[in-house]
Amino acid sequence: MVLFLFRRLVVALLVCTAVLVFAFALTRLSGDLAISIAGPNATANDIEVVRKAYGLDRPLIEQFFDWVGRAAVGDFGQSYFYKEKVSKLIFDRVPITMTLGLVGLSIALVIALPLGVIAALNEGRLIDRAISLVALLGQALPSFWLGLMLMITLGLYLGWLPISGTGTWQHFVMPGLVLSFSAIPALMRLTRSGMIDAMSADYIRTARAKGLSRGSIILKHAARNAAMPVVSIAAVQLGFMLGGSIVIETVFALHGVGFLAWESISKNDFPTVQAVVLLLAIVYTLLTLLADLLNAVLDPRLRAS
Amino acid sequence: MALLEIERLEIGFGGLAAVRGASFAVDKGETHCLVGESGCGKSVTALAVMGLLAPTATRKAAGLRFDGQDLSGLSEREMSRLRGDRMAMIFQEPMTSLNPAYTVGSQMAEVLIRHRGGSKKAALDRAAELLERVRITSPGMRLGQYPHQLSGGLRQRVMIAMALMCGPELLIADEPTTALDVTVQAQILKLLDELQRELGLAILLITHDLGIVARVAHRVSVMYAGEVVETAPVAELFGAPTHPYTRGLLSCVPVPGKIAPGEPLGSIPGIVPRVGHGFTGCAFRQRCDLAGPDCEGTVPRRTLAGDHQYLCLREPTEIARS
Repeated sequence: MVLFLFRRLVVALLVCTAVLVFAFALTRLSGDLAISIAGPNATANDIEVVRKAYGLDRPLIEQFFDWVGRAAVGDFGQSYFYKEKVSKLIFDRVPITMTLGLVGLSIALVIALPLGVIAALNEGRLIDRAISLVALLGQALPSFWLGLMLMITLGLYLGWLPISGTGTWQHFVMPGLVLSFSAIPALMRLTRSGMIDAMSADYIRTARAKGLSRGSIILKHAARNAAMPVVSIAAVQLGFMLGGSIVIETVFALHGVGFLAWESISKNDFPTVQAVVLLLAIVYTLLTLLADLLNAVLDPRLRAS
Repeated sequence: MALLEIERLEIGFGGLAAVRGASFAVDKGETHCLVGESGCGKSVTALAVMGLLAPTATRKAAGLRFDGQDLSGLSEREMSRLRGDRMAMIFQEPMTSLNPAYTVGSQMAEVLIRHRGGSKKAALDRAAELLERVRITSPGMRLGQYPHQLSGGLRQRVMIAMALMCGPELLIADEPTTALDVTVQAQILKLLDELQRELGLAILLITHDLGIVARVAHRVSVMYAGEVVETAPVAELFGAPTHPYTRGLLSCVPVPGKIAPGEPLGSIPGIVPRVGHGFTGCAFRQRCDLAGPDCEGTVPRRTLAGDHQYLCLREPTEIARS
C-alpha cells in the first residue's frame, strides 16, 4: 500500500512538472506578449518599454525559472489586467468554482448512479432503453441553452430559484443542475455496464446460492465491483467541472475560476493564465490520485500490485 | 428416505430443451453422482434445484421436493431462505466464485448472519472452526485474507467451508475439482467424503469423471441429452450397466487389467442430437445398435432388482447379448 501510494505520488509530481513547462510555453507561443500588452496604438518605443518593464527581454529560460521559483512560494505575480495579485484573484474565485463543481457532481451522482443500476437490472427492457435515451438527450443539449431554459422556467415563471449571482446556496442549484447534465450520461453508462458485468459474475451466483437478499447481492456484492470505473470517471468529471465551467459561469454570472481563465486569455493576461492552468492541472492530478486511492480501498488486488 | 426428489424435470432455453423429463432422488446422507457429458443438462438440473436458473430459462416439473416440501411452489424469497441454509452449492470455478472485494471471513460470516442472525463475532468464530474442519491451517489469518491471496485449492476449501456455515442437509457440488490440479483434486474429494460421513450430509456431486464416481459415489445417475437414462448403486452401475449409453460410456474408460495394453478403447459412434421441445422417444437411438422403430415412441422407465432403474425398451438380457 505504501509503495502503491509512493508510485502514484511520483507520477502525479511528474505530471505537474510537465504542465508547468507547457503552461509557460503556451503563453509564449501565443504571440509577442509585449505587443499585445502595449495595445494596438502603441509605438515601437512603447513596446520596448513594456518589454523591459515586464522582464520579457530576458532569455526564456531565465523567465521560466524566475516564474517557477516564485510560483513555488505561491507568488504568481501581478495581473496585467486586474492590477491585483494573481494569487488573490484566484483565491477569491476558488470557493465559487469549488461549490459549483461539488454541487454539480453531487447532483450528477444522485441522478446517474440509481439510473445506471436500474438500467442494468432491466437490461434490454423498455425502462433500460428509456433511461439510455434520456441520458443521450442530456448529453446532446447544449448547456447554455439548458441554462437559459431553466432560468426562464424555474427562475422567471415559477420564481423558485434566483437566476444569477452567488449570494445564497440557492444560487448554485440551477448552475449545478446544468453542470451535472454533462456528467450524467458517462456516469450512468459506466454504472450500467459495470453493474451488468458484475451481475453476471460467478461470485454473484455464489452470493445467490448463499441465499443472500437481493438488496445485499446488488448493493454489497455487485455495486462494489462495479464502482471502480465510476469512481475514476467521476474524478475526471469533477476536474472538467472545475476547469471547464466557463459557459455556465458566464450564463449564470458566477465569477469563478473558469470565468477568470476565459477573461485573462482574451486579455492576454498571461501571469493569470499560467497560474490558472497550473492550478487546474494540480487539482486534476490530485483528483486522479484521489480516485486511484479510492479504487485501492475498493479493490484489495490493486493494493497488492 | 429421499431428501431431494426430482420427477420429470423439464428445463428449456428458448427453443432448446436442456432437460427433458429427468427424474432421480437423492437420499439423506448419501453421495449421489450425476454423470454425463458436457451439455447433457446436469449443471442446469442442479441450478434448477437451487432456484438459480437464469430468468430466460423455463422450469417445469411433475415433482421437485426437498425434504417433502414442494420447491416449485416457493417464491424467490422463500427459496433464498432455503439456499445457503438447508441446501448449499459449490461450483466448478474456485478462482472466480468468491467476491474479490471482500475478505474470506466477511463472505463466510454473512451466510450465518443472513440465515441465523447473531453477531459478526460469533459468525467469524464459526467460520474459523469450519476452515479448520476443511483442513486449512491458521484459520484466523485466512479469515482476514482476500480471495486473490489464496490458491485454487484453498479457495475451493473456503467455498466448501462457506457452504457448511449453516449445517446444510444437502450439498450440491458442480464439478468441484475439474479446475484443480490432480493432487488437489484428490484432497478435495477426500475432504468431501469425510464431511459427508461426519456430518451425515447428502451430496449431489456433478461430474463427467467416472474415476471420481467410482471413488466417492453411493449411487449414480447417468444423464444423456437432458434425461436420466440410468440410476443405480455405484457397484451395480459399474458391475452391470444396463442402458446402452451407460455401457458405451464405461467401455470408453481404460480399466487396468480389463483392457490389454495397445488395445483400442471403446467409443460411441455419432454425436449427441440437438433436441428441441417437440422431440419424442429415446434420444440415444441414432447411436444405438439395438434401436428400432419402436424407440421413436414413449420409452418406459424400468426398475430392476436392487434399486436399479433404466430408461430403455430393451430387456437387460437383450442388451447384455449385444
